[in-house]
Amino acid sequence: MAAFSVHDIAIRGISCSVPKNKELNVDLDILTKEEIQKFVEATGVEERRIATKDICTSDLCCEAAEKLIKDLNWQKDEIEILVFVSQTADYILPVSAAILQNRLGLSTNCVAFDVPLGCSGYVYGMSIIAGMMKATGLKKGLLLAGDTSSKLLSKTDKSTVPLFGDGGSATAFEFDENAEKIDFDLGTDGSGYKAIIIPDGGSRNRINEDSLKVVTIEEGISRNSCNLVLDGMDVFGFGISQAPKTVKKLVEKFEIDIDKIDHFVFHQANLMMNKMIVKKLKLPVEKVPYSLKEFGNTSSTTIPLTIIAELKESLRNNSKDLIVCGFGVGLSWGTAKIKLNNVVISDLIEI
Amino acid sequence: MEINAFLKNFADLLDDTDAALITQETVFRDLDEWNSLTALSLIAMADEEYDVKLTGDEIKSSNSLNDIFEIIKNKA
Repeated sequence: MAAFSVHDIAIRGISCSVPKNKELNVDLDILTKEEIQKFVEATGVEERRIATKDICTSDLCCEAAEKLIKDLNWQKDEIEILVFVSQTADYILPVSAAILQNRLGLSTNCVAFDVPLGCSGYVYGMSIIAGMMKATGLKKGLLLAGDTSSKLLSKTDKSTVPLFGDGGSATAFEFDENAEKIDFDLGTDGSGYKAIIIPDGGSRNRINEDSLKVVTIEEGISRNSCNLVLDGMDVFGFGISQAPKTVKKLVEKFEIDIDKIDHFVFHQANLMMNKMIVKKLKLPVEKVPYSLKEFGNTSSTTIPLTIIAELKESLRNNSKDLIVCGFGVGLSWGTAKIKLNNVVISDLIEI
Repeated sequence: MEINAFLKNFADLLDDTDAALITQETVFRDLDEWNSLTALSLIAMADEEYDVKLTGDEIKSSNSLNDIFEIIKNKA
């Protein structure tokens, strides 16, 4: 059972960066006015930030990292591990983490690698970086998590376009024997791997002459085989059952007093799904922030982005207990109980 | 599990559809109000009321509300 604690690792700061460029769902022409209204009501997504052609996830994460390093007053050569969580890396190879090590001017004595997870990726990334720092004694680390999912979507697919936005984040970790432990519950159900998938372009289905042929699946949904496919119904069924389960498992396993948790930050999938999860867990709604309205589903960025957009005041010069939970593509999920004690929350960057 | 209670639960998912139109034989896909979001509400209702996980394929392969009712009944 992948439920475990990591001791002696503190979270020092969080920063996020989003593209300046805004897209409003009311402006979309792939949906009728009536459909848009229903869509916004159900999903909660009104606007999204969309990267222009020249902005990649690594660019967003790079800006977030630079700002965070500055706000923390860290020296770059102290950073010994960089983990980049993303499904929109710069290239098929090499890893973007290597490019970022160089761009950020980090030491060449720095562990750097990519983790290609999505919605569960922030929590997975935390477990990887904290676990590795605890095991090795590395002192300072950066978790960069983000996606520019808009680059993967067919512009003529009403089942994906109105949901996804772009964003990147940076989170700073430091070895600290006084830090409160971080509790994790992680899991995987690969039987649902087709629920969110890009069929072509990997090595199972190499890009071929049919890959870019646009196929109409149904009215309002046409795409090619290099675009993201989202089976909304199965993902919804998965989310409303698995997210409450993993939170309950964490709480039971580590005997967490749920009333003492200040904030519950869930992956921002869609409002209907998230509300259902909150209802099933019987959580007080005022403890559950959302950033869906302004940013949509930004994949592994949703948790840090929601913290920055909604909890900045609550966390300033304060010590708070949070449960964070990500779930989605894989299918994969992760929940963690973290203590944010006087963390630096950088102002949101727009590029 | 009882069909009338299920039909009422289904009618409650809809805003603009006369509950009288919701019968065992109703082809839910032909309802004006049926769309991908209603499908999500149906999945949520099955989960909440019957603790059953309806899959996308099960909904896609069903025609009448009775088909859905039978699937939920068999899984409950």
